[in-house]
Amino acid sequence: MAGSISSTIRSVPASGFVASKATSEPAIVRWLLIATAVLFLGVFLFLPLAVVFFTAFHKGVAGYLRAFQDPDTLAAIRLTLLAAGIAVPLNMVFGVAAAWAIGKFEFVGKSLLITLIDLPFSVSPVVSGLIYVLLFGLQGLLGPWLIAHGIRIIFAVPGIVLATIFVTFPFVARELLPMIQAQGNDEEEAALTLGASGWQTFFKVTLPNIKWALLYGVILCNARAMGEFGAVSVVSGHIRGLTDTMPLHIEILYNDYQFVSAFSVASLLALLALLTLVVKSVGEWQSRRQLADQAAGEAKESQ
Amino acid sequence: MSIEVRGITKRFGQFAALDNVDLDIPDGQLVALLGPSGSGKTTLLRIIAGLEFADCGTVQFDGKDISDRTARERRVGFVFQHYALFRHMTVFENIAFGLRVRPRKFRPSEEQIRAKVEELLRLIQLQNQARRYPSQLSGGQRQRVALARALAVEPSVLLLDEPFGSLDAKVRQELRRWLRQLHDEVHITSVFVTHDQEEALEVADRVAVMNEGRIEQVGSPDDVYNHPASSFVYNFLGNVNLFHGRVDDGTTYIDESASGHLLFVRPHLLEIARQPSGPTYFRATTKHINSAGPLVKVEAVTEWGAPVHVELSQERFHALQLVKDEAVFIIPKDIAVFEKSGNS
Repeated sequence: MAGSISSTIRSVPASGFVASKATSEPAIVRWLLIATAVLFLGVFLFLPLAVVFFTAFHKGVAGYLRAFQDPDTLAAIRLTLLAAGIAVPLNMVFGVAAAWAIGKFEFVGKSLLITLIDLPFSVSPVVSGLIYVLLFGLQGLLGPWLIAHGIRIIFAVPGIVLATIFVTFPFVARELLPMIQAQGNDEEEAALTLGASGWQTFFKVTLPNIKWALLYGVILCNARAMGEFGAVSVVSGHIRGLTDTMPLHIEILYNDYQFVSAFSVASLLALLALLTLVVKSVGEWQSRRQLADQAAGEAKESQ
Repeated sequence: MSIEVRGITKRFGQFAALDNVDLDIPDGQLVALLGPSGSGKTTLLRIIAGLEFADCGTVQFDGKDISDRTARERRVGFVFQHYALFRHMTVFENIAFGLRVRPRKFRPSEEQIRAKVEELLRLIQLQNQARRYPSQLSGGQRQRVALARALAVEPSVLLLDEPFGSLDAKVRQELRRWLRQLHDEVHITSVFVTHDQEEALEVADRVAVMNEGRIEQVGSPDDVYNHPASSFVYNFLGNVNLFHGRVDDGTTYIDESASGHLLFVRPHLLEIARQPSGPTYFRATTKHINSAGPLVKVEAVTEWGAPVHVELSQERFHALQLVKDEAVFIIPKDIAVFEKSGNS
């Protein structure tokens, strides 16, 4: 959910853009277009969000808080935090490494690697889950061996973590790649000639330059890790208090007609989406300021 | 420190960027690698720096083979065409970077770093800009910071890749005079890459002219300009008029149908006259006259229909009272003759 919100926001032009009279439309056309956009946003974004919070709070703050006293709900929150806590750091390390390798070096199999990174985006989450069932499940390829050694992956926590990692695989790398490619190698080469080691170059030069993109990638990755439904649903087995994550638990609560509880838990995920937007805006504001500074510097140069 | 380049060859796929290049750079000199784009000059500089590695051949510093050492171990100062300043660091931190990343044993104290950076800021005349970020500086200021950053680590050689390439004409001229002065003070062995022949001739002690991955000629600016070793060098260093010709019994004839020899004449070595004089002259018609600037530039068409450029002094121009579309005689004062294929 968080992903789709922010990708619509992304195409909004930078502030400070003033349309010239020559290219603008008549007032009526402008208002019509604006009204359509606002209506669309209202119905598809703000209304659902409002409904989530309204339903969550419609029996008061006490009712809202009561939802979080249920041990199964707490277990679901804990499991979600655990899965995200494992998947996000792993994908962060992988994403930085992959973006660095792809952005800075030429090697055989580069385009294959890019395709592989995008794979989780193009595969349906349900299929992603099924892959693990087919691999590690009872009738799966490795299932009998795993059973024989007492290792449970499907319908257990490891399966949920694996599915989460797979689904959130591309976020960090995809976010960093354009940034790293645009920046080129010059600053790293300068650091090397000044005597910096590879690690020093990475931590003192590369990382500060990509920090906003990295932060945003991690937030997106985290939002998806916590919000993932399809893939996790397939491998989870829906055992209450054991293998239920927040999104799965919301569905269970909803099907049990526990609307307040369901929407209370859902409000947490919605809050996460809002946080993502805030971080993204701050990051964009920061990088825009950087660009403006750069433009100012260049203008000075040509004087 | 002297640099010796021996038999360096570098290929990118099918393209030979450098083809068996030898070059000696004596200690303390300022040497220009001059050539058109694609001539391999930047690749050679990057190989000396250790940012690129040759397919074969060696690079020696003071006679010691350092071909296998990384850029980090070579202790070279490298200045990039687009500055490559660390954009998230202040000017001060940029210059201090090379000192701060040293292993703890060799790292100077905070006061020593501060003293060193302030000394360099004075050298580049940017004492008041220490707290600024690169994006807040002009191009010329950025390039000076890049230079100070490279000098901070007290490199054994200084390598500059088109250091003034992305600056406008006026700043470029200021900065290259400043570089020359700096070199006269610091005396560090320096190599800079340029495609601007004027820059190379003005700044360098020695110029190595490169073409298609080879070095065509190495010599003092006076040498390469006045005694070019090949038609390429003659052609590349300054404007020329090109004629075809032949040599019979030691006498040179301009002959557009001949294909054996190339004749080069610089525009200022052609004289315009109303009467023929001496054994060598040809007829031409003036087509365009540009009298703005110290020299008057005349474009004319020869009797065989080829364009020819002549430069003459303002005095001579006024004495002649030259006008457009006038039939004149052109008298070459000095012709450089090269055999057509290869160097002569």
